Amino acid sequence: MSERAFHQDPEPDSPGDEADDGSDDAREVTTGAEAAIIALEEAGVDMAFGVQGGAIMPVYDALYDSDIEHITMAHEQGAAHAADAYGIVSGDPGVAMATSGPGATNLVTGIADASMDSDPMIALTGQVATDFVGNDAFQEVDTVGITQPITKQNYFAGDPDTLGEDVSEAFALADAGRQGPTLVDLPKDASKAETDVQPVSPETPDTYHPPETADEAVIEAAAEALEEADRPAILSGGGVIKGEAHDELRAFAREYEIPVITTMPGLGGFPETDDLSLGMAGMHGTGAANLAITNCDVLLGIGTRFDDRLTGGVDSFAPDADVIHVEIDPAEINKNIYADYPLLGDAERVLEQLDDELTEAPDADEWRAQCQTWTEEYPLDYETPEDEPLKPQYVVERFAEHADDDAIVTTGVGQHQMWACQFWTYTEPRTWVSSNGLGTMGYGVPSAIGAKLGAPDREVVTFDGDGSFLMTMQELSVAVREDLDITYVILNNEAIGMVRQWQDGFYEGRRMASEYPWIPEFDLLAESFGARGFRLEEHDEVDDVIKKAREYDGPAVIDAIIDPGENVYPMVPSGGDNGQFALNEQQLDTL
Amino acid sequence: MSSGELPGPAPEERMRPEGRRNEQGIRIDPEAEATHQPRYAVLSALVKHEPGVLAEVSGLFSRRQFNIESLTVGPTTDDGVARMTIVIEEPEPGVEQAKKQLRKLIPTIAVEELQPEAMRRELALVKVRAEKPDDVQSVAEMYNGQAVDASPNAVTVEITGSKQKIDAAIEAFEQFDVEEVVRTGAAALERGAETMDANGYASGE
Repeated sequence: MSERAFHQDPEPDSPGDEADDGSDDAREVTTGAEAAIIALEEAGVDMAFGVQGGAIMPVYDALYDSDIEHITMAHEQGAAHAADAYGIVSGDPGVAMATSGPGATNLVTGIADASMDSDPMIALTGQVATDFVGNDAFQEVDTVGITQPITKQNYFAGDPDTLGEDVSEAFALADAGRQGPTLVDLPKDASKAETDVQPVSPETPDTYHPPETADEAVIEAAAEALEEADRPAILSGGGVIKGEAHDELRAFAREYEIPVITTMPGLGGFPETDDLSLGMAGMHGTGAANLAITNCDVLLGIGTRFDDRLTGGVDSFAPDADVIHVEIDPAEINKNIYADYPLLGDAERVLEQLDDELTEAPDADEWRAQCQTWTEEYPLDYETPEDEPLKPQYVVERFAEHADDDAIVTTGVGQHQMWACQFWTYTEPRTWVSSNGLGTMGYGVPSAIGAKLGAPDREVVTFDGDGSFLMTMQELSVAVREDLDITYVILNNEAIGMVRQWQDGFYEGRRMASEYPWIPEFDLLAESFGARGFRLEEHDEVDDVIKKAREYDGPAVIDAIIDPGENVYPMVPSGGDNGQFALNEQQLDTL
Repeated sequence: MSSGELPGPAPEERMRPEGRRNEQGIRIDPEAEATHQPRYAVLSALVKHEPGVLAEVSGLFSRRQFNIESLTVGPTTDDGVARMTIVIEEPEPGVEQAKKQLRKLIPTIAVEELQPEAMRRELALVKVRAEKPDDVQSVAEMYNGQAVDASPNAVTVEITGSKQKIDAAIEAFEQFDVEEVVRTGAAALERGAETMDANGYASGE
């Protein structure tokens, strides 16, 4: 790790000018670094995830006197994912810290992930002293430039007197409106410099005005369209959860008896146990959800950006539907799918507005019966569990049976992630923690740490793939050190399974660089980290191993050796027609 | 043999709607499919006058593949505010997206698309090799240009005006040897008494 290269003086500038602090209790700002930390405290932060390093040392030094608990991660990417997951489960921005240069670039994947999923997060990065900026100094990188497209806003905090305010504003912005990541780059000289400017309480900049309630005229028109619909459907996105609109949505859907489809980030926004639930739509969504979304005549999309994995080909997406789009970010309106009724505002408040305006439920008995028929015709299923080898779907389904109702599921990215979508039953918001938009393999292990620390009273289970696990497994050391009760389930097919599935489906079975000729024994690996390891190969051991792993008080890793040929269906090929999902490989060939 | 396959009616047996959407996600009548032609739009933006804003705006336009013709930026009467004039060429949905994405940037105070009749000026400096400087001067005068530098072998002419006028002037200078041309992007303001503030032009959009 070059950022901790021992042959380099970690304190290259003069060591004599360190602030002499003797006032532990007062928490008066004396340096820029203290302003940054006190700004976080003022914002209510009680935990940060990060990795030390040269340029961020003054900020860490200020943490020494703070009540903020710092979780040292093994790698900065882990810090970013943990902070991201912490933000998802708690609803408040998670804090990630890293030094300049490689520390900052290692955060980038996690920041981009948070950006794609609108997860609240603030990153603090060290930077070389302002005199060195632009000189290609040791561990210098243009962090503000690199992270500009993946943050809501970022700050170069070169002035110690405004540094605290920058952190306050960055925090407020990460949390406000459509949530997302922000970053404050802290040059070492500014962090070390003296200042007595106390941070202000977090406020968004005066140019930031997220919409709150939708235009009444559009509400009226949208309500009329909904009342007159023959085939209405609700598409519930991540914004329903982020906007705390899930209770309102439940009441709304039930009152007007409108079937509900969720997006992937929307899992848990509406209970999948409800009769009106059709499950998740999109590339690996349920048959019922994809047929309903394709054939509906009014689609009420709430807090969704109509991502391509959801829509499939735009030409065939809900082609008969008037789209009512409830959205807090004006730039999402008409970006991918044209909104006949754009309703800009906070999801909960706009749903209230719609509810106030609606006088009757749409007359849609026939449509609901049709949706019910689809649910029956297209069950998510898999071969009987007595068969060998082990079916991954069975492992997920059994775990869901054992787990608490409000257990949090985190995942890596790939086939296992899709099985975790399909075979777990989501009923509560903030129980699905995944890399939905960016598709970051390796998200699983560190996200579980952030989720567990953000929701210590909830059960946390991670479904991971062998490929994803290998990318960030070093964070297991953190789970052990912090004694976190997490169950990791590796659905191990000794391959980057989704790529292998695509190669079989679209590349004539030419399995280039998708199968691992050798991988570690993850149960033994877990033990060497100090976690409990389990190896699971037989169907009749599944319940027993899940029980033991859940009972173990600390991180447990189940290495579940699954059928390597298992594929994820249904499947809508990239850019395909959602209603024409394939149920098997033969159908995929004809699409 | 693939596993993971599922039961249920095959694709061709399923309910399927007649409609279609175009590339912009707009529902279309397949028999009268309208396509949006690209058009020029002049966007005027008030932004916070702070480091990095120009990079932020230009980065936005490139990464979202908006077709940008020119971008100019300069100070305003308010020290804290800069004004950008951005000319883009996009089909209608792209113009709308560009405005929204621009508004979404935190340092952005206001964005307006200017009316087609807005005042719009560009500047060009044209260095012409000329044996007879008087001939160059007379062409320059046709376009209200003026010579700003003359040396034994070359005259540099300044021309201000619309893009079309400058294009025409440069074409006219082609009868001599045009050695170098440098052009600015457009600077543009709405006609009339109205001015732009944080709420945009008083007339709004």
